[in-house]
Amino acid sequence: MLSPGPGAGAAVAARGRQFAAPVTFAVFGLINIFVFGIHSHGDATFSFTQEFAKVTVPNLVVAAAATCYLCGAITLVIAGLRLLAELGLISLGQVWRRVMIGLVLFFFVVSLLAWSDAGQSISINVVNLLSGTLDVSIPIMLGALTGVICSTSGVINIAIEGQLLLGAFCAAIATSVTGNLWLGLLCGALAGSLVGVLLALFAIAYRVDQIVLGVVLNTLVLGLTGYLYNAIMVPYGNTLNNPNTFNPIKIPGLGDIPIIGPVFFDSTIFLYITYVLLAAIQVGLFRTRWGLRTRAVGEHPVAADTVGIRVLAYRYRNVILAGLIAGIGGAYFTIGSVGSFGPDMSSGEGYIALAAMIFGRYTPFGAIGAALLFGFTTQLQSILSSINVPIQSDLLLLTPYVVTIIVVAGLVGKVRGPRAEGVPYIKS
Amino acid sequence: MTTPSPATEPSATPPPTANKTAKHSRQRPFGEILRESFLEGNTFTVTVLALLTATIIGGLLVAFTNTSVLHAWGNFFQGVKIDDFSAPWHAISSAWDAAVGTYVALFEGSIFNPHTVSALFQQASLSAAVHDGYLSAVFNPLSETAVQATPLILTGLAVALPYQAGMFNIGGQSQFIGGAIMSAWLGYYVNLPFFVHVVVCVLGGFVGGAALGWLAGEIKARTGAHEVIVTIMLNYVMLYFLAYLLSSQSLLQAPGSSNAITLPITSNAHLPLLAGTHLRINAGFLLALACAFGVWWLLNRTTTGFEFRSVGANASAARVAGMNVERNWALVMAIGGGLAGLAASTVILGTDFTLNPQSFGTYGIDAITVALLGLGRPGGVVAAGLLFGALHAGSPGMQTATGTPVQIVQVLQALIVLFVAAPPLVRAIYRLRAARASGVGGTLSKGWNA
Repeated sequence: MLSPGPGAGAAVAARGRQFAAPVTFAVFGLINIFVFGIHSHGDATFSFTQEFAKVTVPNLVVAAAATCYLCGAITLVIAGLRLLAELGLISLGQVWRRVMIGLVLFFFVVSLLAWSDAGQSISINVVNLLSGTLDVSIPIMLGALTGVICSTSGVINIAIEGQLLLGAFCAAIATSVTGNLWLGLLCGALAGSLVGVLLALFAIAYRVDQIVLGVVLNTLVLGLTGYLYNAIMVPYGNTLNNPNTFNPIKIPGLGDIPIIGPVFFDSTIFLYITYVLLAAIQVGLFRTRWGLRTRAVGEHPVAADTVGIRVLAYRYRNVILAGLIAGIGGAYFTIGSVGSFGPDMSSGEGYIALAAMIFGRYTPFGAIGAALLFGFTTQLQSILSSINVPIQSDLLLLTPYVVTIIVVAGLVGKVRGPRAEGVPYIKS
Repeated sequence: MTTPSPATEPSATPPPTANKTAKHSRQRPFGEILRESFLEGNTFTVTVLALLTATIIGGLLVAFTNTSVLHAWGNFFQGVKIDDFSAPWHAISSAWDAAVGTYVALFEGSIFNPHTVSALFQQASLSAAVHDGYLSAVFNPLSETAVQATPLILTGLAVALPYQAGMFNIGGQSQFIGGAIMSAWLGYYVNLPFFVHVVVCVLGGFVGGAALGWLAGEIKARTGAHEVIVTIMLNYVMLYFLAYLLSSQSLLQAPGSSNAITLPITSNAHLPLLAGTHLRINAGFLLALACAFGVWWLLNRTTTGFEFRSVGANASAARVAGMNVERNWALVMAIGGGLAGLAASTVILGTDFTLNPQSFGTYGIDAITVALLGLGRPGGVVAAGLLFGALHAGSPGMQTATGTPVQIVQVLQALIVLFVAAPPLVRAIYRLRAARASGVGGTLSKGWNA
């Protein structure tokens, strides 16, 4: 299969791409200094303790402007190092390049926070920011994991959005009717899987274009849940749309560690499910026979078939099982946080999960990291708007999407998906 | 690996089949040929059966979720009396009534409502009836269908045209917003004479949408980033960007207003009404039809269109033949985006007369269903746009009359397209033979990396 190689335009872009990373880093550094640093007056306070914590950590009070200047200076140094690396004067491994991106983002966020809290009487609670980030990221993380499995097996799953939404809907109804949260969770997972069945059936058996199919399935679920919401949930709201929600579980011991405890070990069952799934999928894809075969089916189905792997069976099974994960993610909306279903509740987070998957280079850890980045901006926006920071929340909310475009366009590094992704396999 | 098939070049398939049918018609009775061609499950048959299947499933959905039906079933199951046969009968009949009533209400709201005619004939004099809008009321459903179909046709074309060049444009929403921003801003900020102002605003809408379409196409051309991801991301970028513009006093927000809304469009910039002041049908509908013709002409009668179709059929072959594939990608996305921008201008200048954060509605998604049902061809898009426009026009009245939520329309749309996209499924349901030239689907698939 010939891929239409980028032509002359891409050659120019490739030459420019060499300097894209150092220039982007430098821009971030300059923003830290000349936007945040110069406009910061007074001190910024960071607190690291939630109310009623057993162990308290003292607040950190820093001079906002100095912090911004320091962050900017470090970022500029990193940009310089990256430039030297691009010119071939020093050598940097792949790991160091990624660490650099992480550091640049970290210092950018630190100076943004310092600037926004400068001179304010309210402190920024870092623990709340981080634990909130993990919570709002749960559907994105689980959806992205679903996407990773589907893509790795060679099926494009744009229907993550529909899986989240139907999972949310079914979990709400099942929990309301039975009063059993676990049954609700199960129904949510099965609902996600049901969309997976449709996706698998139409994509694998009827070979419908998978991108078209995903969009149509999302429309179907959006219409169906919106319809059923108005037709039966509104008139019978008390019995059909009144679910309990899972309570947070604090892990004994670990949950009392300052900062780390409340962020990672004091949340609902959904976060722990995410940990388990992340570990299972990472190990499963790269350390087990199932994973090797799944990757083979996604990269080169003909070769996989030649050695006796049943390509279509693998695709069916993986797509349907992966649907369970997104269904759980959807259930989080209704029985994990809100406590009732609303039309279009997933509000595009399935598409964000898709972006997170690509951003994360189709790997479980990468996808989770990207999902957390998206979640962080959402949480940051809600925290900043609560302390009346003069920043346009809408502009903050659109940054992750711009960043995704930049990433997909290859300015920070080329992302390559499984070779046979989206190509139906026809046994010849 | 997929092989190029006749289905990627739809316009080329009908003639051979037609010739063959004509040759055989001398030997066999006409009825048999008609039956044969129907059972063969060609594209037309499949589309009709897809519509039928979706209608039936939609009807079942309504029948099983209508509150009065649920009550009737509740009475049946709790109604205890064994000799009472009326309870299940009542439940079934009310289920039938609910489903049929929904479709009748949809029809009355979108095509023709007999009550309006009787109201017209009860008027004393014809001239008074015309003046009071009773005559208009008869045509109001059709007018509403045309009004609803206008942006659907234009956004449908915005998906269908790039589709012919092998690009899947999910960015209808972002391009719609881009066009809406330009039309609305030109509509209230600039002062121009009557005709000039409308034209400027409509052109502004085209430019606004085209800029966003071009951006997605250019990013793909330069870096190879898949247009689906880029356009989805641009949808969200524009969504928040619009919210930002509409909440900033110095930008688009109406001065002194606390609502996220622009100033109203000046009357000079309104699209002219076509059938009197009582009906909302406006010049936007003609613009949509003209654009459909224009897209057909562009695709089938120009070198540019030939290049688009070549790039869509086989980009590598097109490159070998000396075509600039990247330039074609950017160009086709720009024109497609421009069409979505025009859709926005017909909504802003034709019916809404202002811009708010929800102006873009669900056109981005609807566009995809319209283009798919229309098989990616301009004529098909017009037909599909009119059909879905009728559903949209009838749905508010349907909800009022029968209590069936308007979202049933979205369900119907998705079901129709799902079945249209999978002809083997429809053939399996109705036990039709596979046609020699298969319809859409089947061979359309290609991956991210293609």
